[in-house]
Amino acid sequence: MAKNNPITVQVLGICSCLAVTAQLKPAFVMAVSVTVVVALSNLIISLLRNTIPPRIRIIVQLVVVSTLVILVNQVLQAFVYDVSKQLSVYVGLIITNCIVMGRLEAFAMSHKPMESVMDGIGNGLGYGVILVILGFFRELFGSGTLWGYPVMEKLGLYNIGYENNGLVIMAPMALILVGVIIWIQRTKDKDLQEN
Amino acid sequence: MQMNGLRNFIDKIKPTFSEGGKLSWLSQTFGGFETFAFTPNKVTQRGSHVRDAVDMKRAMITVVIALVPAMLFGMWNIGYQTSEALVAQGGEAFGWWYCLWFGFVRMLPMLVVSYVVGLGIEFTYAQIRGHEVYEGYLVSGFIIPMIVPVTTPLWQLALAVAFAVIFAKEVFGGTGMNFLNPALVARAFLFFSYPTHMSGDKVWIAADMWGSDALTGATPMGELATGMHPQASALDMIIGTIPGSTCETSVIAIALGALILLISGIASWRTMLAVFIGGGAMGLLFNAIGANEYMQLPFYYHFIMGGFAFGAVFMATDPVTSAQTNCGKWIYGILIGAFAVLLRVLNPAYPEGMMLSILLMNCFAPLIDHCIIQQNIKKRQRRALAEGKEVKA
Repeated sequence: MAKNNPITVQVLGICSCLAVTAQLKPAFVMAVSVTVVVALSNLIISLLRNTIPPRIRIIVQLVVVSTLVILVNQVLQAFVYDVSKQLSVYVGLIITNCIVMGRLEAFAMSHKPMESVMDGIGNGLGYGVILVILGFFRELFGSGTLWGYPVMEKLGLYNIGYENNGLVIMAPMALILVGVIIWIQRTKDKDLQEN
Repeated sequence: MQMNGLRNFIDKIKPTFSEGGKLSWLSQTFGGFETFAFTPNKVTQRGSHVRDAVDMKRAMITVVIALVPAMLFGMWNIGYQTSEALVAQGGEAFGWWYCLWFGFVRMLPMLVVSYVVGLGIEFTYAQIRGHEVYEGYLVSGFIIPMIVPVTTPLWQLALAVAFAVIFAKEVFGGTGMNFLNPALVARAFLFFSYPTHMSGDKVWIAADMWGSDALTGATPMGELATGMHPQASALDMIIGTIPGSTCETSVIAIALGALILLISGIASWRTMLAVFIGGGAMGLLFNAIGANEYMQLPFYYHFIMGGFAFGAVFMATDPVTSAQTNCGKWIYGILIGAFAVLLRVLNPAYPEGMMLSILLMNCFAPLIDHCIIQQNIKKRQRRALAEGKEVKA
C-alpha cells in the first residue's frame, strides 16, 4: 500500500484526487467506489484473460469497467444520493481513471483471479488512503468541519479570531498536499528516493 | 568601541561553535548571526549572486535600504488614513508625528512576525542541511508586511510566511533556487485563503488604538471595479495619501527606492522600464477601446494606482526569479506590465493584477531565457558556418 502507492509513487489518478477531496465524506465514498471497481474489474478481466484477443483488449477492458462504474453509480444514487450529487461526474470518470486501466493492463491480464483481486483491493486502498488523508485535512482547515460535524466551531476557535482557509478548498492546495505526502513518504523510505 | 566589543565577543565564542566545539551543531546558526553583524571576509561563490563581486548579504541590505523610504511613508500613511477616517466620522485629526508613531506601532508586530517565522524556518533548514544561512529572507521578510493590508491578522500573516518560505523556497533548495518570488507567494496565499481580509473597503484602514469599529475606505481600484471614478486625484496617488496595502501607495517613495536600486546596479533598468512600457501599452489599447469607465482611464493612472509601481520596482526585478538574459528581461517585463493591466481592467474578481501577473511571469522566466539562449547559440553557429569554421553540436 505504501511501497507502490498509486498516487504517491506511481502518480496516477491525480485528477479525481484533486476534485473530490474538498470534504471527507465524498472522498471516502470515492475511495470505496474505486476500490470496488478496481477489484471487480481485475477479477473479471483476469478470468477472461485467456479468451480476450490482444488486439481488442482495451475495448473489452473498457466495457467491463464501464459496466461496473454504472453499477456503482446506481448504488450511490440509491443509497447516498447527496454524496453522489457532490461527486457528480467524477464517479463516471472512474472509467478513465488511470489506476483502473493501469492495473488491468499491468496485472490482471497476466495473473490468476485471486491474485488480481488482491492487487485491485491493494491499489484501491492505497488510492483511498491518500484520498481520505487529503479529505481530512482539506475539510478540517477549509470548512472547519469533519464529516459535516463543525469541529472548529465546537472548539470555540472562531471566537478567538480563527478563520477557514479558502485556499485549502481549491485544487492547487490539494496538489501541494499530495506533494507534502510524497515528501514525507520519501524522507522516511530511502528506497523511493531518486537521484 | 562598541563594535570592537561585539567582534571580540564573537571571536571569543566562535570556537564553541566550530567543528569539535561544544555547540558545533549550531554552527550554521552562529555563522548567520556573525555575518549579519560583520561583513564576512569572503564573497559569495554561487547561488543567485555568482555574477557579482559583493557578498550577497551586502546586496540584500542595499535592497532593504531602498525599501526604507516606502516603509517610512507607509507607516505615516497608516496613521494618516485612520486620522482621515476619524475626521470623517467627526473625530479629531492626528498630528504629523502621531501619524508616524501610530503606523509604526501597527507595522512593528507585522515585521516581527514576518522575520521571526521566516528566519526561524530558514535557520532550521540551514541547520538540517548543514549550509550557511542564506540572506534572501532579509528582503522577503521586509517586503511581506509592506504589501498586505494593515488589518491583516498576525496569525494569518505567520501562516502565509511559513507557507511561502517552505513551499516557494526551501523545497526548491533555498535562496537562489526558488522560481517564485516568496513575498508574492505569501501575499497570494493570503489573497486566496482569506479573501475577506485582502480586498473590499474594510481592510485598508487600521482602527484607532482603542479598538473602535472598523473604518472603511475604498482604494481607487476598488472604486473602479465597482464602476465608479476614483475619488482621489492623480496627485494624491503620486504622493500616496490613499488607502492601499501598507507601503505600496507612494510613487515618490518608491521612486527613491528605484533610484537607489538602479544606481547600485542591483535591479535591472531593462526589467523596470519594460514593465512600465508593457503596462502603458496595454492601458493605451484599452483607451482605444474605451468601453467602460475603467477602460477610459488615462494609461498613466495604472502606474500610480495600487501595487503597480511597487511591483515593477521591487518585485519584478528580483534577480532570482526574473529573466536573466537582456532580451529576456524586455520580454519578461513587458508581459508583466501588460498582464497586470489586463487583469485589472477585465477581471472584476481580482482588483489588483500585479501580484498574479508577476507570479505568472516568474514561471515563464526560465523558458524565456532558454529560448533566447538557444536562439543565440543558433545564430552563432550560423555565423561560424558562414565563416567556414567547424562547429561542434
